[in-house]
Amino acid sequence: MLILTCPYCGIRCDETELAAGGEAHLKRFGPGSSDEEFEGYLFMRANPKGVHFERWRHAYGCGKWFHAARNTATLEVYGTYPAQVHEPPQEVLDAISTRVPGWRWKDVS
Amino acid sequence: MGHYSALAVVREAFRDHRGWQRAWKSPEPRRRYDVVIVGAGGHGLATAYYLGKNHGIRNVAVLEKGWLGGGNTGRNTTIIRSNYLQDASAAIYEKARTLYETLSQDLNYNVMFSPRGVMMLAQTEHEVRGYRRTAHANALQGVETEFIGPGRVKELCPIIEVRGPRYPVLGALWQPRGGTARHDAVAWGYARKCSEMGMDVIQQCEVTGIRTSGGDVSGVVTTRGDIDCGKLGIVVAGHSGHLADMAGFRLPIESVALQALVSEPIKPCMDVVVMANTVHGYMSQSDKGEMVIGGGADGFNNYTQRGSFSHIEETVRALVETFPMISRLKMLRQWGGIVDMTGDRSPILSGTPVGNLFVNCGWGTGGFKAIPGSGWGFAELMAKGESPLCAEFGLDRFREGRFIDESVAAGVAH
Repeated sequence: MLILTCPYCGIRCDETELAAGGEAHLKRFGPGSSDEEFEGYLFMRANPKGVHFERWRHAYGCGKWFHAARNTATLEVYGTYPAQVHEPPQEVLDAISTRVPGWRWKDVS
Repeated sequence: MGHYSALAVVREAFRDHRGWQRAWKSPEPRRRYDVVIVGAGGHGLATAYYLGKNHGIRNVAVLEKGWLGGGNTGRNTTIIRSNYLQDASAAIYEKARTLYETLSQDLNYNVMFSPRGVMMLAQTEHEVRGYRRTAHANALQGVETEFIGPGRVKELCPIIEVRGPRYPVLGALWQPRGGTARHDAVAWGYARKCSEMGMDVIQQCEVTGIRTSGGDVSGVVTTRGDIDCGKLGIVVAGHSGHLADMAGFRLPIESVALQALVSEPIKPCMDVVVMANTVHGYMSQSDKGEMVIGGGADGFNNYTQRGSFSHIEETVRALVETFPMISRLKMLRQWGGIVDMTGDRSPILSGTPVGNLFVNCGWGTGGFKAIPGSGWGFAELMAKGESPLCAEFGLDRFREGRFIDESVAAGVAH
């Protein structure tokens, strides 16, 4: 059972209360972009076996979108944070670095 | 390796069964092969087998990080059907289904293919219309299916409650030639034949890197040394993205957990496979008497081969409504497999940006049924550079917008 804490209402919710929204921090490409950029934005996904950043929605709660940093190989959760950011906050990055030595944010972005 | 036959069983009975040989060899890897396949699951082994049988390429190694058939090949619900809406899907799945019919004879290994019939229940008016459309499409594709009414559903599977309060059974898409097979035997049978043709099936040999030179693949780095190859096929389901990363390209794939479970064994009570897509559960009875149950995939990326309990609860709750008699059954085992989902829920059988490197992946929740057809087509693609079965399943279809959109056609993962 996956349990995430909603950063807006502070509630610890299990996954049945949430809706998964796929990879976080995608750079959006639209009109004027190249075919490759648009294809990458629409379909190509980081699919790491390890640290992953995801979008979640507190669907049966406050209804807000937030981000979660999670490990897909161990199901460990490193932290959640509001979605209105371009990259994860420092405390989440620090939490990951202490648990996964040698991991760097730019490895995934 | 010796031919399996009734005569062989009798002969061995008279000499304390001391004459049976190992089904396949466990050789040390050589320095170089013409073709290296990564992944000794059903799809990888079938690819190797048809490379040898149809194209005469026998200097082949199949590398497996765990044990043979230990991934999704041994973790599925063994359903075989080909009632797909899109032409390209129907073609490759129907090819697989027809190959399954004679696979036991072809491999000289009993894969226990049981064409008991597959029934996909229509439990809403939308589904009725959808399945009628699929039945018409199948008629044009040469796939034998028909839309049947609730009376016939009850006749074929008496334990169904067709007048369920919330989701009454309004009909079903019936494929009488679909069925089940023994999943492990499919992998074992292919492995035995590959070994017999002189190919090396190497277990406990994990690929940790892919070497390229001048834009073409030149070999792989493994936990048992470097191996050079002329062509490389990546057939590793959930870990495809991981290997693509080693070769320096990306795939439109996300890996999620899909679960299945079996009940305690009971007396024979259903001799068809039933899928209920609206409530999202499917069930069949194994030859041992266990009810084999499958459900939905998780919505988030996961490599742990275990899924969320909430999905089991949802699946079982839905099935109890359609099959009231299973409400008192105890569940014996539950397991998960990591499936590779593409954006349009159709597989990728394709060349890649790296020369002589091919990928066969993205089968998502429906790979087992496709094993012989996938191997057949992918072997042709690797040998000749093109294959009619694989033509539509290229990687470039995402950029060009030529989806084979089974996720819309089926309404669910399929």
